[in-house]
Amino acid sequence: MNHLTGHLARHPKLVQFAALLAVFFVLYFSIDPSENNILWRLPAFLAAVPEMLNNSVEFIMFEWLPIETYNVEIEDYETSALMIEITRAISRSVLFCIEFIREILIGGQKTIVAFTSWDFVSENKWARWPALPWTVVAGVAITLGYALSGRWLAILVGCATSYIAVFGQWEPAMETLSFVLIAAPLSVVLGVFLGVVAFKSQKFETVLMPLLNVAQTMPHFSYLVPVTVFFGVGDHAGAIATVIFATPPMIRLTLLGLKGVSPEVLEAGMMNGCNKVQLMFKVLIPTARHDILVGVNQVIMQCLAMAVIASFIGAKGLGFNLLLALNQLRIGQALELGICIVLIAVVLEKLSLGWANKQIDYFADLSFVERHKYPLIMGGILVAGVVLASIGGLIFKDGINYFYLIPHNKGLTTELFWQSGVDWIVDNCYSSLQVFNVGLIVNVLVPMKNAYLGMPVVATFVLVMGIAYIVGGLRSALVVGGLLLFIASTEWWDRALITAYMSTFGVIISATIGLISGSLCAQNKFATKGILLVCDTFQTFPSFIYLIPVIMLFGVTDTSVLIAVIIYATIPATRYTVEGLSNVPQSLQDAGTMSGVSRFQRWIQIELPLAFPHIMLGINQTVVFALFMVIIGAMIGTDDLGQLILKSLSDEFGIGNGLMLGLCVAFIGLAVDQILRTWANERKKALGVA
Amino acid sequence: MTNETSNSTDTSTDNDDQPVIKCDGVYKIFGENTEEMMAKSNGNIDVEKFEDAGCIFGVNNASLEVHKGEMLIVMGLSGSGKSTLLRCISRLTNTTAGSIFIDGEDLLAMDAKELTQLRRNKMGMVFQSFALLPHKTVLENIAFPLQVKGTSTQDSMKRAMDMINLVGLTGRENYFPRQLSGGQQQRVGIARSLAVEPDIWFLDEPFSALDPLIRKEMQDEFLRLQEMLNKTILFVTHDFDEALRLADRIAIMKDGVIEQCDTPANIVLHPATEYVAKFTNDVPREKVLTCGNIMEEVGTTSDFSEIKVPRDAVIETVAEAVLNEPKSVAVIDDNDDTIGVLNRKSIIHILFGKDDSETLSTNQAAGE
Repeated sequence: MNHLTGHLARHPKLVQFAALLAVFFVLYFSIDPSENNILWRLPAFLAAVPEMLNNSVEFIMFEWLPIETYNVEIEDYETSALMIEITRAISRSVLFCIEFIREILIGGQKTIVAFTSWDFVSENKWARWPALPWTVVAGVAITLGYALSGRWLAILVGCATSYIAVFGQWEPAMETLSFVLIAAPLSVVLGVFLGVVAFKSQKFETVLMPLLNVAQTMPHFSYLVPVTVFFGVGDHAGAIATVIFATPPMIRLTLLGLKGVSPEVLEAGMMNGCNKVQLMFKVLIPTARHDILVGVNQVIMQCLAMAVIASFIGAKGLGFNLLLALNQLRIGQALELGICIVLIAVVLEKLSLGWANKQIDYFADLSFVERHKYPLIMGGILVAGVVLASIGGLIFKDGINYFYLIPHNKGLTTELFWQSGVDWIVDNCYSSLQVFNVGLIVNVLVPMKNAYLGMPVVATFVLVMGIAYIVGGLRSALVVGGLLLFIASTEWWDRALITAYMSTFGVIISATIGLISGSLCAQNKFATKGILLVCDTFQTFPSFIYLIPVIMLFGVTDTSVLIAVIIYATIPATRYTVEGLSNVPQSLQDAGTMSGVSRFQRWIQIELPLAFPHIMLGINQTVVFALFMVIIGAMIGTDDLGQLILKSLSDEFGIGNGLMLGLCVAFIGLAVDQILRTWANERKKALGVA
Repeated sequence: MTNETSNSTDTSTDNDDQPVIKCDGVYKIFGENTEEMMAKSNGNIDVEKFEDAGCIFGVNNASLEVHKGEMLIVMGLSGSGKSTLLRCISRLTNTTAGSIFIDGEDLLAMDAKELTQLRRNKMGMVFQSFALLPHKTVLENIAFPLQVKGTSTQDSMKRAMDMINLVGLTGRENYFPRQLSGGQQQRVGIARSLAVEPDIWFLDEPFSALDPLIRKEMQDEFLRLQEMLNKTILFVTHDFDEALRLADRIAIMKDGVIEQCDTPANIVLHPATEYVAKFTNDVPREKVLTCGNIMEEVGTTSDFSEIKVPRDAVIETVAEAVLNEPKSVAVIDDNDDTIGVLNRKSIIHILFGKDDSETLSTNQAAGE
């Protein structure tokens, strides 16, 4: 007993936590669940806000600042709102760029239409941009890969393009590519620009940071509603939503990189006589290249992750087909499409990396042919490809020229194989899977959900704010309380609790798996490298892909969503655990070894405590990942916030609801983020590893 | 305060009328209240009042001159304000008060454009941590100041190649900085700072990040380059031995104040403050002093030994010869005229003797 009190006195926070839990349970069981009890559920103070948002958006779009514009169709001036003209102009130019690239790749008429008219095109049959043969696109891409980074990249590009062509996904893949080729550079440029401005101006940074926090925790879906309101539906809307989603990490990483440039390098630039522009573009940005490239990588990943989600608002391509396949439960096809998306992501990422690392040889005395080697080769490929395509026209008689364009669904497919695999699993394991499924739902999920829903609002506040207070002091408690208050004052508190329950479940399992597998792998250098590679690969997959195999096994249930959440959210937990553990200084490990610790003791007493702050940041990421996946899970049917967000997408006046719901999800994430990050930073400071 | 440069500029052989670098009462004061205090002070800076207001003096009333072809080394421990002073003179940081002239032009009055021009044409700087651009090769790094200036790619690459040969990095022009050792990286830094053929060369602890052996090698290399190029140099270091080895004159700084600014020999022979004396105590004086520094008046003696020693010879190099000679040895100047004498006693005093002050204190200690 004495021992226990001594122990408690040394850890005052434990006592505080125990007291907090006691208060929480007293509140939990003593408050009467009735609709009119303010302690049970807060009244929805903010219920009118979505309506107000709708009205103000409507006002800004259609009434604010009317201007006179000339309408070509009716050949007369008409009044229209400034905002709608601006968004129309943006939509048109983005759409034009996408169509332009798309038609270079797979042909079409819209670029010609943009310069003439539909009448002109329908009168003149020749007025159609011919598609490049797929062999040419593939050949040029391979040459580019070789020019930028050498043989291995060329081989990778070759495999990727052949896969896409052979499996008959060429057209949708090129549609997706054209959309990514616009969205990704736009996001990078915008992100670097805003990052630079934030670097230059402290004030701008202070304003920008909270916005970025919200933007990065808002689920993908909630961007879609405002985008459709402002920009309509179509490829351009998808691209714009993607840009909005992909820019925040780019800004953040640019800023991080710029801040990390050593002051001496900056001074060296100044002493070498750089003016301000040269200093930024020749010294600062290139020196911050590492972080900026990580940003580019992130942007490309986000763009392809959005490929599926953007198809909700009319983006064509692989994403749309994948969505269709998922809805029809055609697992094999969905898998093939998913692989296409991953391949495009990997190829684009490697190409951009190769481009950034390109080295110039100044002294090589080259002839004209040598200097223009790659453009010449590409020209040759163009000619050869066209010739091959015309030969193909003679060989293939059934109207399909395989050397020119393999039409959609005329390629190879492994669908039958996968389908029979699924059938086999259903035939053989259905009952045991079903037992597991039902058991999980009845014994774990439903009770957990009910426990969450049975929480009086006051108890929730006490618990969460109490934890924030113990961990981070009054300020944290107030921030977290404010975020919760927002959610509690909307009409979706119960939905938010369901989202919270699913995420909690996912996070607990993911964190456990991540911690264990990460710790095991960190024991061995080889395994460390291996697991980091696995994490990298899995992170490349757009989040949607994870839904494919789980639907295959568990059908459309909560279990499927949760398993997808767990797979997806385990990645950051594992990665950060491995990183944290392998960054424990060697000298401390040696000191431990010399003190005679066993391997297990070393893990418990030295490695884990030192790595824990970093691991906590990983758990923080896990929470955000889990929230995203839970929301995406709405696609296969859940009854949380995600479902409502999805619903608001198809609602004409969904913008208010969509935004508020998005904020609710973001605020759950931010509340957790506030607590975990504060704690991790405090610990890092205490351990002197900040 | 003993920051005058008085009778010590005799080594600068050029009698140019104006120094290349001239600092006059330079202050660099840090702290939030600095501006407010400066406005109140009307130009009379009272150190105590400022410090009470929470200001910190990076550089405190520093005045110095560097003449053409001269190497002035600013020596001080960390936090002494030596790097801050260098940054004031290169205008990498803004000076709080005082004036700085480069070739007679008021540096602090220049606008951004003039400053850029000055740096592009007249200044070169070497940094402690090398400060190479990680994304550029050795060649590109060295050509960088030229390209920034607008020199054509062909010319700048040719010039950069010359610089690579000059600093002995031939064959490594396409390496990236991360592929080079510290010493090699600093060679790149030196080559880069010299690429535009600057008149003024700033070096901020250029060898401090290097291993002792490499450091020695780089110092030799540096002396070789300076012999060829004869730049006007402001060199910052925390290493007193390095300062003695390289400098024409040394300015010793402590807490932002220049304690003494003089030739190495004068500093060793006549340390102006106790702080300076702390550095000079352990210095092997035979390696620093020259015959001219310790010679005695010719007087009436005419019985000279046959060997003669030049005025500029370091004692270490002549000690054995003089010690083996029973007679006094004549010290001659550049025209072979005898200007003084050396004898065994003076050499032995330099080699084994202590400062008078120190001998005294030892005696006292023994007496108690």
